[in-house]
Amino acid sequence: MIQARTRSADDTRALAASLANLAQPGDLLLLVGDLGAGKTTFTQGFAAGLGISGPVTSPTFTLAREYRGRLLLHHLDVFRLDQLSEVLDLGLPELLDSSGVILIEWGDAIRQTLPNDHLEVALTFIDGRPSPPDERLVALTPMGSRWQARAGDLVTAAEPWQEVPPQ
Amino acid sequence: MTAPDPAADAAAPAPAIVLGIETSFDETAAAVNSGPTDDLSSVVSSQVDLHARYGGVVPEIASRAHVELLTPVVAQAVVEAGLSNHDVEAVAATAGPGLIGALLVGVSAAKSLALVWDVPFVAVNHLEAHLYSSFLEEPDLDLPVVVLLVSGGHTLLVLMEEFGRYRLIGQTLDDAAGEAFDKVARFMDLGYPGGPIIDRLAMDGDPQAVAFPRPMRDQGYDFSFSGLKTAVVNHVRNNPGLDAADVAASFQEAVVDVLIHKARKAAETHRAKGLCLAGGVAANSSLRERMLDVCTAAGISGFLPSRAMCTDNAAMVAAAGWQRLQLDGPSPLDAGADPNLALPFLAGAEPAV
Repeated sequence: MIQARTRSADDTRALAASLANLAQPGDLLLLVGDLGAGKTTFTQGFAAGLGISGPVTSPTFTLAREYRGRLLLHHLDVFRLDQLSEVLDLGLPELLDSSGVILIEWGDAIRQTLPNDHLEVALTFIDGRPSPPDERLVALTPMGSRWQARAGDLVTAAEPWQEVPPQ
Repeated sequence: MTAPDPAADAAAPAPAIVLGIETSFDETAAAVNSGPTDDLSSVVSSQVDLHARYGGVVPEIASRAHVELLTPVVAQAVVEAGLSNHDVEAVAATAGPGLIGALLVGVSAAKSLALVWDVPFVAVNHLEAHLYSSFLEEPDLDLPVVVLLVSGGHTLLVLMEEFGRYRLIGQTLDDAAGEAFDKVARFMDLGYPGGPIIDRLAMDGDPQAVAFPRPMRDQGYDFSFSGLKTAVVNHVRNNPGLDAADVAASFQEAVVDVLIHKARKAAETHRAKGLCLAGGVAANSSLRERMLDVCTAAGISGFLPSRAMCTDNAAMVAAAGWQRLQLDGPSPLDAGADPNLALPFLAGAEPAV
């Protein structure tokens, strides 16, 4: 696991944009974190890193949005979904077969239904005051061979934000 | 509104009796209108109770409920209009934006009815229907108007020059205003839907208790509510003893302040003759009150649709369908539903994609 720390919403976007440089067709990223932790903010930076211009808005209403950049970006929100059948209704298997990148918010809830090959991005508030309210810990966990093959690149891409792990 | 100009030798008059169908999200609705502004009936069957225990709309449950409810809702709308099926001259349905499964139920039903009754089908943009909702209750509104369309899925400032001619003035860059209400309510364990709950709770709170940020208040016309939501989360986490009513009132005050400030500026800049509210958040009592104050101060006419017209309904779909029939004629029967359908903005006035 790679532990990073971002100092502001813009800093979270910058980290995400740096990670987007590593994105390949068919990649899956799971964004995990509480309300307000910065999942949509991360997605905005990631989209900018893929060369997507224009607003990247919350997908909560329609559950899925699509943006065209260097790669096609599918942005999904599964916050309200708790059944495999509903995830299938979103066409996730077809999306995974496509040549785009899939970014799923609240992906933790449906982890068992997803392929093992993914990058988990866990955003957490930093406890212990006072610290700037928009500071976040960002834990990157490459899962499966697809992402583990890029573990070194991930470390390099996240290097400016890197934290020394607690242990 | 310009009158239709069919070919001079056209014998059949333009359809007047339009059945509208709305199933884009969590309301199953049907309505019958005569012409552009005369709504003969409007039936809405809300699914709110079905979704409340999930803290939000569950797409699959919504689709199934639409399937079950739509046939009786349509039948009731026709009966309440004092008509029978063969009086219907066109069928309009919301084709987007919304949940794809939910949209498909209404669009498929509308096409089937149009085929069976041998009348035109017309696909309607849900946002365009909302823009038009004010005209159902106030047909003589002077144009151009600025419409602040605020709902769970959308936050838009639109200049409406006439039906079908819209300029995008501003939009949200992240969360919709209604979504911020829902998410804050969920974070505070207040229940669903968040808008009316926070509205009620805020009445007992002090809107000045917490000075929440007003994101982008003085920058252009776009909105950003994600940061405000996060500010509420941070503040409540750091101050666990806070009175929930004060938090609700202060949060609502911040949202309303930003919405009203930009709507007023847009109306002045574009020399609009009026300012209209539309969408579910337009039912918020604080927003309604402030909107009227601002219009009075600015010397423009303000229009607040009734609460029933703010939330999703089919009368606005039938009305927009009538207008689209005059402008474009019927939609092809292979026209699909589009969950991300955008408003038909004028060339050069559309949002960056």
